[in-house]
Amino acid sequence: MVLEIILTFLKAFAVGGAICLIAQLLINYTKITSGKILVIFLLSGLVLQAFGVYQFIVDFAGAGATVPISGFGYLLAKGAMEGAKESLFKAITGGITAAGMGITAAIVFGYIFAVIFHSRSKKN
Amino acid sequence: MSRTIFFRNKPIILETASIGGPKESKGCLKDYIERKLDDDLFDEKSFEKAESKMMLAVIKKVIEKAKLDDVNIDSIIAGDLLNQIISSTFAVRNFNTGYLGVYNACATFTEALTIGATLIDGGYMKRVVCSTGSHFSTAERQYRYPLELGSTRPPQAQWTVTGAGALILSNIGDGPKITCATIGKIIDYGVTDANNMGAAMAPAAADTLLYHFTENGFSPNDYDLIITGDLGTLGSRIMKDLLWEKGIDIEKNHVDCGELVYNLAEHEYQGGSGAGCSSMVFCSYFYKLLKEKKLNKILLIATGALLSSVSSQQGESIPGIAHAVVIEN
Amino acid sequence: MKKRQFYNKNYLEYVKGISPKTNEKRSLFRAFIVGGFICCIGQAVRYALEGIFQLKGDELSAYVSLVMIFLGAFLTGLGVYDRIGKFAGGGSIVPITGFANSVVSPAMEFKTEGYIYGTAAKMFIVAGPIIVFGVAGSVLVGLVYYVGYMIF
Repeated sequence: MVLEIILTFLKAFAVGGAICLIAQLLINYTKITSGKILVIFLLSGLVLQAFGVYQFIVDFAGAGATVPISGFGYLLAKGAMEGAKESLFKAITGGITAAGMGITAAIVFGYIFAVIFHSRSKKN
Repeated sequence: MSRTIFFRNKPIILETASIGGPKESKGCLKDYIERKLDDDLFDEKSFEKAESKMMLAVIKKVIEKAKLDDVNIDSIIAGDLLNQIISSTFAVRNFNTGYLGVYNACATFTEALTIGATLIDGGYMKRVVCSTGSHFSTAERQYRYPLELGSTRPPQAQWTVTGAGALILSNIGDGPKITCATIGKIIDYGVTDANNMGAAMAPAAADTLLYHFTENGFSPNDYDLIITGDLGTLGSRIMKDLLWEKGIDIEKNHVDCGELVYNLAEHEYQGGSGAGCSSMVFCSYFYKLLKEKKLNKILLIATGALLSSVSSQQGESIPGIAHAVVIEN
Repeated sequence: MKKRQFYNKNYLEYVKGISPKTNEKRSLFRAFIVGGFICCIGQAVRYALEGIFQLKGDELSAYVSLVMIFLGAFLTGLGVYDRIGKFAGGGSIVPITGFANSVVSPAMEFKTEGYIYGTAAKMFIVAGPIIVFGVAGSVLVGLVYYVGYMIF
């Protein structure tokens, strides 16, 4: 049991770290900025799941695959694909329903913390 | 016609005042900057207001140091980096004088000096205040990203100086004199990387220096120091290479204000930049050296990258500009 | 006046050659370590929620992302996340905490322009494209699958 948990953490660390390493490679070689990096990884997660690939990575690495923003794309695609089985309505709304928690959390926490905290200058 | 102006009546730099943010006050010039801020908000609600207050403080201080009142000042020439140069405008609205708002990005300081010196040399005005300032946090938001965004800073990036400087030009009095000015030409070699401003500005600096030397028959050895505004380490290297190609060697007596401001060894970036960089460094450090006669003749050449966030998003390249002024005892 | 060409190929190549490079190995190593570490926090949160609240499946992963976004937003508010970002580069941009950071940082920054036209309006200047492309992409995937299911 303990061994299993340690293995899960190791897998999450390795896969999550590898995804971030690819992002760093992109930053180093193409000089693209963080906004574009996020979009690229989101879309690649979405496309990979549309072809049914990302599910395997998620099954293997757990949080290592769902915590990176590509996991968000995976969630969107998965929701849409499951909705498509039921009706046209759910095919259209399925994605945002599945990702609803993430978007809502970002907006609500974003607003709350923006009201509480002030921007500070960078030190270096 | 020529882009170089020789001043016959030699406008005098009567007094200077400088102010620096917390980071600048810990840098190499900490013993020279007159007023050091512990907090770069300067007791204001926003960084824009703080920038304006810094400019107000230096202009007030310089007038006070010259034992004058704002009615004795004919005009204030000021500029900064913000949209519609609001920092300068909102600072100068507190004074009962004429106002000229100027913008040439980081080259604004020498632009203001050139205009001020011309007004005095022509006998149109008796005393003119020239001032420029910039603030890291306002420039960062306008040109780049929100402050708290966890983005990486590429190694060729520069750091906008939080600081301001002001000086009084006068037709009578004691002090270093402005004897000559060369107005720069816009040079654009197609650099599009907004993080690499040194590379965008270096060709303009090289062009202005080349013009200054060859058209007027001067040589770099005529000057104790050739001071560039904010090329940074990389930009200075490029400028020296470009001049070397044309047979001019300024390696011996060149310094860059941007390189001077911070303790570069600690950090990976290229040094300071911004409209406040050249004015803060000149008004604190170099003016003192001139006063103490440790320097007798300098060429101050501030360089500017004329970009806006809109132009770089539309894929435009970054035009550079550089104006030079000669200051001697 | 002859038309000037605002492009100098030789110069740009020279600049490219002389510009300092990012320390490759160090930046990759840092991105890997920090990115992996954040994912491990996610895994720990997952185990905790599973154990304490007996959550399962989609609900569990939704709450995990809620907690991670809270952490990212909170660290941004404290002014810590931009330091992590300077150290880690891609390692802190790509995890969902980086998404939270890109929402909260402009919201805080533009507070000086008011709570409606500042905070609320500027909240998505960095993260907006993620929502746009994510939602549009999911609709596209949903429609393609829907048509697929109809035909087969």
